[in-house]
Amino acid sequence: MARITLDHIRHAYGPNPKSDAAYALREVDHEWADGGAYALLGPSGCGKTTLLNIISGLLQPSHGRILFDGNDVTNLSTQERNIAQVFQFPVIYDTMTVYDNLAFPLRNRGIAEPDVDRRVREMLDIIDLSDWSNRKAQRLTADQKQKISLGRGLVRNDVNAILFDEPLTVIDPHMKWVLRSQLKRFHKQFGFTMVYVTHDQTEALTFADKVVVMYDGQIVQIGTPAELFERPSHTFVGYFIGSPGMNVMPAEVHGSTITLGGETIALDHAPKITAGDRVELGIRPEFIRIGREGMPVTITRIEDIGRRRIVRASLAGQPMAIVVSEDAEIPAEPRVTFDPAALNIYANSWRIGREA
Amino acid sequence: MEKTWNNKAWFLVLPVLLLVAFSAAIPLMTVVNYSVQDTFGNNAFFWAGTDWFDQILHSARFWEALQRNLLFSFIILALEIPLGIFIALNMPKKGIGVPVCLVLMALPLLIPWNVVGTIWQVFGRVDIGLLGHTLAALGVDYNYVRDPLDAWITVIVMDVWHWTSLVVLLCYAGLVSIPDAYYQAAKIDGASRWSVFRYIQLPKMKRVLLIAVLLRFMDSFMIYTEPFVVTGGGPGNSTTFLSIDLVKTAVGQFDLGPAAAMSIVYFLIILLLSWIFYTVMTSSDADT
Repeated sequence: MARITLDHIRHAYGPNPKSDAAYALREVDHEWADGGAYALLGPSGCGKTTLLNIISGLLQPSHGRILFDGNDVTNLSTQERNIAQVFQFPVIYDTMTVYDNLAFPLRNRGIAEPDVDRRVREMLDIIDLSDWSNRKAQRLTADQKQKISLGRGLVRNDVNAILFDEPLTVIDPHMKWVLRSQLKRFHKQFGFTMVYVTHDQTEALTFADKVVVMYDGQIVQIGTPAELFERPSHTFVGYFIGSPGMNVMPAEVHGSTITLGGETIALDHAPKITAGDRVELGIRPEFIRIGREGMPVTITRIEDIGRRRIVRASLAGQPMAIVVSEDAEIPAEPRVTFDPAALNIYANSWRIGREA
Repeated sequence: MEKTWNNKAWFLVLPVLLLVAFSAAIPLMTVVNYSVQDTFGNNAFFWAGTDWFDQILHSARFWEALQRNLLFSFIILALEIPLGIFIALNMPKKGIGVPVCLVLMALPLLIPWNVVGTIWQVFGRVDIGLLGHTLAALGVDYNYVRDPLDAWITVIVMDVWHWTSLVVLLCYAGLVSIPDAYYQAAKIDGASRWSVFRYIQLPKMKRVLLIAVLLRFMDSFMIYTEPFVVTGGGPGNSTTFLSIDLVKTAVGQFDLGPAAAMSIVYFLIILLLSWIFYTVMTSSDADT
């Protein structure tokens, strides 16, 4: 298992990129801890698979280095990097039995047959496919196949990291939960460094210690699920994480007050804004209270999603979502107040810290 | 669920039935008709029973031609299938090379069969042919008109030149349908080039290969035009395949009865062998 260092990685698919926009990956400079579970979260085309392929060595970065435990592996092949990867669609060797599938990476590395047998049997036990060991892999269900893909990685007990590229996309919803919890258990049991690409926020949040949110070729925030929820450092994170996403509204800051439409809210600090910055106020729908006091809003629609309701309203012409409990009373002339601790202020889409 | 009976459907398949009747069933019946009778022209027929079949099955000429056919098909399959796979594996997967290669590969398939024969007939001639003359100048004793082995080599090389493309195109279609993830997984698993071929590419090509083998077997077993144009079945009878023998009997000697009997035997052999091929090759799919 290894600590992964991404040293100023940039990548462009075409040769001689002219501008920032030509880079699929603009600049990534981070260090990921040994044994950590990281989820790369972002919309399609944000560069997360590119980053994953750079880590696995299937892709050479245009610039920058990648280090495992401090050793430069940038120029090493996938095989030499000793990583495992589970792909979106289960990759299995159709003509082999389940047993041979798991033995394949070991035999390729010239490991003695008694050792191979011991490790394969162990792995069959772990992934719960012992009864299937002599069956052709072709006839298994998608989730069983995906477990074989995973098993082929885990069976080599010295892998530096296991990379997952949206591994649950083709799995039935009810099997997703089962597989996800099994994955979590394996991670605890083996302590491998895990990088998990997904565009499903639930998957990322339930799965990882640290979620890496990517947007437009760069990492916009790395944090625990709680941090991403409470302190999104970029408006994209606020909008992408949570359902519904954060309300982001254009605003103006004057000293320690912020003006939103005609309404002014007092802040407990004076955010540092440079003149000319595009200032926005972010507040999660969960932290807006609806009642008889505060700023007047117009309610346009109420969606019932079971135990909660989402109120779609507009405040000073800005659309916003408010989450209220099922039995909450909504007055005839509704007004809203914001939880002051949950306010986030953004200049040019990036969050301004309180410390300023 | 109750089935809906609708006899109107018969009208929809009627055109096809008529077409098949006129193009295949009725001519075949005519052949059957000839095979059990003797005729000297003037529409005078005499019942012959199974005499012609007896004669065919006891003639050395027939069995020799059949052996030649089997040997020819075997050599053709042994050369074209591996060569086709090899070329398909080495064809570019993307870029400008793809259309270029595909067009080059398709070219031999577009040439009419007798033209292919003519090309090689001229190409191999010792006096004026590029190949024949060059070989003669290099001191190689090559003459497909006189030497049976040279005649065989010429016919086989010609068929490989003409038909390997078909195998290539079919295999290539199978290869490009393999997702990249398979190759990436193989790299991660540390698979050798041979393992990638054996466990990823070959299984994915299996179905198209089955079709390729069947088509090439049937076609090579029925070969007529090209050897007829190049060697005319000679020297001696060394390249007289069943089809050539058949035409000699029917058109050359005008022995319609024996020719008809021979056609039927020939047809049944191809049918039987193709069925065996197909059964053997698909049954390996079913084992678990």
